[in-house]
Amino acid sequence: MNFWRRSLAVARKEVRQLRRDRFTAGMIVGLPAIQLMLFGYAINTDVRHLRAGVADQAGTQLSRRLVDDAQASQVIDIVARAETPQQLEAWLRDGTIAVGLAIPRDFERRLALRDRAPAQLLIDGSDPAVQQATRSLAGLPVAVRSVPRAAREQPTFELRAFYNPERRSAVQIVPGLIGVILTMTMVLFTAVAIVRERERGNLELLINTPVRTTELMLGKIAPYVVIGMVQTTLILLLGRLAFDVPVRGSLLDLYVASLVFVAASLSLGLLFSTLVSTQMQAFQLTFMSFLPQILMSGFMFPFDGMPRPARAFAELLPLTHFVRLVRGVILRGATLGELLHELWPLAAFFAVTVSVAIARFRKRLD
Amino acid sequence: MSAEPAITARGLTRRFRGVVAVDHLALEVPRAQIYGFLGPNGSGKTTTIRMLCGLLAPSEGDALVLGFHVPRETTRLRERIGYMTQKFSLYEDLTVAENLEFLADVYALRRSDAGARIDALCAEYRLEKLRGRLAGTLSGGQKQRLALAGAVIHRPDLLFLDEPTSAVDPESRRDFWESLFRLADGGTTILVSTHYMDEAERCHGLAILDRGVLVASGSPRALMDALAGAIVEVESEELRDARGALEPLAGVLSVAQLGTRLRVLTDCAEPAREIQRALDTAGVRASARPAAPSLEDVFVSATRGRGVAA
Repeated sequence: MNFWRRSLAVARKEVRQLRRDRFTAGMIVGLPAIQLMLFGYAINTDVRHLRAGVADQAGTQLSRRLVDDAQASQVIDIVARAETPQQLEAWLRDGTIAVGLAIPRDFERRLALRDRAPAQLLIDGSDPAVQQATRSLAGLPVAVRSVPRAAREQPTFELRAFYNPERRSAVQIVPGLIGVILTMTMVLFTAVAIVRERERGNLELLINTPVRTTELMLGKIAPYVVIGMVQTTLILLLGRLAFDVPVRGSLLDLYVASLVFVAASLSLGLLFSTLVSTQMQAFQLTFMSFLPQILMSGFMFPFDGMPRPARAFAELLPLTHFVRLVRGVILRGATLGELLHELWPLAAFFAVTVSVAIARFRKRLD
Repeated sequence: MSAEPAITARGLTRRFRGVVAVDHLALEVPRAQIYGFLGPNGSGKTTTIRMLCGLLAPSEGDALVLGFHVPRETTRLRERIGYMTQKFSLYEDLTVAENLEFLADVYALRRSDAGARIDALCAEYRLEKLRGRLAGTLSGGQKQRLALAGAVIHRPDLLFLDEPTSAVDPESRRDFWESLFRLADGGTTILVSTHYMDEAERCHGLAILDRGVLVASGSPRALMDALAGAIVEVESEELRDARGALEPLAGVLSVAQLGTRLRVLTDCAEPAREIQRALDTAGVRASARPAAPSLEDVFVSATRGRGVAA
């Protein structure tokens, strides 16, 4: 059939061009590898070794003990000692320290009376990670014999982290990273695909041939779908080797989910391609679409923490659904059947964007 | 081959944001001929070609191309026409053979036929040794041969060529025109735009465009014969003075220098004598002789004075 022949011709041409384009070919493999290593090692929500300063005005055996315990928790490294809390504040401001430990003169009296907190933690609230990390410090028990046993309270709840008992960041990051990396490469590839032909003058020839818009779009997408699958495999392998991230669900489910997500991202790129007239504009539009996807999808920040309108908007983004899908399949061992409510929005996104792209692309120059 | 024209355009008009690029163009191109569009840059040649093959929608008017209505039936028309763009528009990062294979697939040539067709085209357009070369590394003339091979791969009945020889040396140009004549002999109608007089002179028929208006049309011979005015050649040692004396003269339409001579287009009743008298009066030592009109004279006369009617 001519339809398939022409689609295939476009796809084959695309592959041949891609093979000669060393930069893009390098990006296909290099980008996932680099991103994975960067994100995998750098994004560490398990914060340790914060620079800290101490102002121990009490100077008793108990207060020294508290400082030692804080140090031993590994959350902070004491790098400076001050005379007054005011000095700690100054250091916080100029960035010398991220945490200040202020122990007042009447530390032991406060401890005995237990009417107010015996000591103060000054923290750099401009960094969300610091705030999170020091929360555990605040509950540090003052393990001293003179304090009644009741003061060393046991926590009310015992915490059990399912699916990631060691609470390793890589396990949380890597699955979502598949989505982020696919978004970065897939949208960009197709966003420039048609504009490039326009810029180089190929489009003038192409639209004068019997190639139909659907055939052109299909032929353009097909090679990148394969590339998307290759990238998925690469990230999974690297995630396994470098970060020991398990795949608990079925691989088939994972690939089906990735396939639908890749198609959705490619169609978004195609749509961009029909909106712009230069490759530069295509780049800019693509990068503009990265930010909300990465920030609002739940990949970096908790989805439930966002206000209602932001959540409603995030539901429209393909990455939001894909992050839930991969976390479900890879970490929780869920089946696609259980996650259908996340799969169909992706399919719908693909159908809508590809239709709009085809409708917008006219086989004319005007 | 039917006797009806390959192209009949009626009142074809195209405006770009209020600027009229092509203004009510009426045109008839007979079959199996090489028909030329002659005009300066911006005269509407490219726009007209794009409208005729359906790449641009006309703002007004329509055309019948190979019996298909333009702009309504362009989808079906596309399989029967070939188009060679002004700028090389094949893929520079594909080889010669890959480009031709791509086009063979796109035009859905029968698979059994495609290989032989590509071989034949490579032979015809001297591309055999270049088959494995990337198109981007070809010379101007080689690119042009490849572009022509690509444009005729599906044996179109009508071929549009938009300034095909602008990036090509004279020898390649001659070569190229030989190919065009072979195609026309085989029954292909060819519409070619150019701003070279020698190329225009090779065409069977010619349309001169100026600022979107068809100012003259006919065979090159007929156009030259119909020139409204006469050509006088002036030979002189003092060309600058001669020019100064002639340009303000009533009846002189244009003066152009050609080496050591001036070519004067005039609509005086007794051209050579009146020019000579004017030169003598001005005290310029020169001799004026009548000369046969060239296509360039026709072009100058048509685009400046718009004095030729055909």
